[in-house]
Amino acid sequence: MNNKLLILLAIIAPFFVSTANGQDELLSMIEKGEKQTIEYTTATFKTTRMVIGQSIELPPKGNLLFLITHHFGALNTGYENLFGLKQASIRLGLDYGLTRWLGFGAGLNSDRNTWDGFLKFKLLRQSKGARVMPVTVDLFANTAIYTNKWADQNRKNYFSSRLTYSVQVLIARKLSNSLSLQITPSYVHKNLVPASADKNDIFTLGGGGRIKVSDRVSINAEYHHLFTGQVVSTKVYDSFSLGVDIETGGHVFQIFLTNSYGEYEQTFLTDTRGKWSNGDIFLGFNITRMFTIVTPKRLRD
Amino acid sequence: MRITIIFFIIALLSTISADAQKFITKTGYIKFYSDAPLEKIEAHNRQVNSALDFTTGGFVFKVLMKSFEFEKALMQEHFNENYVDSDKFPSATFVGTVTNIKDVNLSQDGIYDINVDGKLTMHGVTREIHEKGTFEVKQEKLLGKAKFNLVVADYKITIPGNVGNNISNTVEVTVEITLEKANL
Repeated sequence: MNNKLLILLAIIAPFFVSTANGQDELLSMIEKGEKQTIEYTTATFKTTRMVIGQSIELPPKGNLLFLITHHFGALNTGYENLFGLKQASIRLGLDYGLTRWLGFGAGLNSDRNTWDGFLKFKLLRQSKGARVMPVTVDLFANTAIYTNKWADQNRKNYFSSRLTYSVQVLIARKLSNSLSLQITPSYVHKNLVPASADKNDIFTLGGGGRIKVSDRVSINAEYHHLFTGQVVSTKVYDSFSLGVDIETGGHVFQIFLTNSYGEYEQTFLTDTRGKWSNGDIFLGFNITRMFTIVTPKRLRD
Repeated sequence: MRITIIFFIIALLSTISADAQKFITKTGYIKFYSDAPLEKIEAHNRQVNSALDFTTGGFVFKVLMKSFEFEKALMQEHFNENYVDSDKFPSATFVGTVTNIKDVNLSQDGIYDINVDGKLTMHGVTREIHEKGTFEVKQEKLLGKAKFNLVVADYKITIPGNVGNNISNTVEVTVEITLEKANL
């Protein structure tokens, strides 16, 4: 009896062995040799701007981003002004991804014919797997030059008075596929300020985020708090913007409402004159188009 | 009792000989290509894992979706982010068999037609596929090649209306692998 059972077992054993030798084992065979890799988080934001300010995104290496930023006039200016449609503040800009961690760009602003140029470094990249990093951190620095005529031609004007600078630390985390948040402390330096009570060095603390409502549409918000006592001679407010990102292939459209009329950091961080509760709100949009300038070497065959 | 022991020994030997007939690669190549009026989409993956059990015909693939490289970085981002949800479904696997593995003669260099049946899992959807390909036996290596079409909608990969004309609904998949005897 026992023998028979053993014989039966012996007969069926090879079958068990062969099924165990089947695909599951093959799969574990390939998985066994798999090295744990660093999985970098991608697409924390859809483009290089959260709404009006910088997001941690850089154009991919070898890619050029053409960015048109347009803010209409204030909504509360009435029908006479077509609720702001007759006015415009505009910036035309180019962003380029030189490497995975370094980008640069330049823009021309209608506000005081200002040219701005910037560098953006990726210091840390959010990742999981072999290396866990909770956040992505970028360092952003720009210089802006007003190139319009001096307001007062008769006084002694210095070239350095045309220059302003800003430095930002961008800290972001993609919490889930649909939710990303960013904190942005900023520092602005102006060589020339309107009144002696105004500070040349101005600090703000801001942040924002996005929630995806579908694969290609997200709702974004951005806020920058300007600490009091720094800009005194002009009545200024904290900048708040609320927008929608719509992505279609190579384009991203960002349509938003903001109380900031200016498009570059120095203006919206320190010179936001609109007040949401007064209806000093500007309708605006960003249109981005990505161009691949340099294709990765491996793919050139 | 002796018979039993003999059976056991045979069983044991058969597993050992089966082990010796396993083939593996970690650098297989998969390309997918889709042609549409406005946009040609092509992606290359050179880190394809595959293994074959020559005795049973058992044949598996595992492909990391994020290892697909596109000419346009933005396409790659959209592929991972919007189309195949790589964070949620990091890899695609194929688990199947070469049904006519007995036709392939390892000691005779040449090209053999093969039939492959199995289950392809991608984007969380598993579907049966039956495709034809070839194995070229060359100095004890197996060079596998296949070309077939996949309908993206079968895998619940949706193409939105506004880019629908830019992206074809079927993609042509090209597989090229060089399987080598596994060192076990």
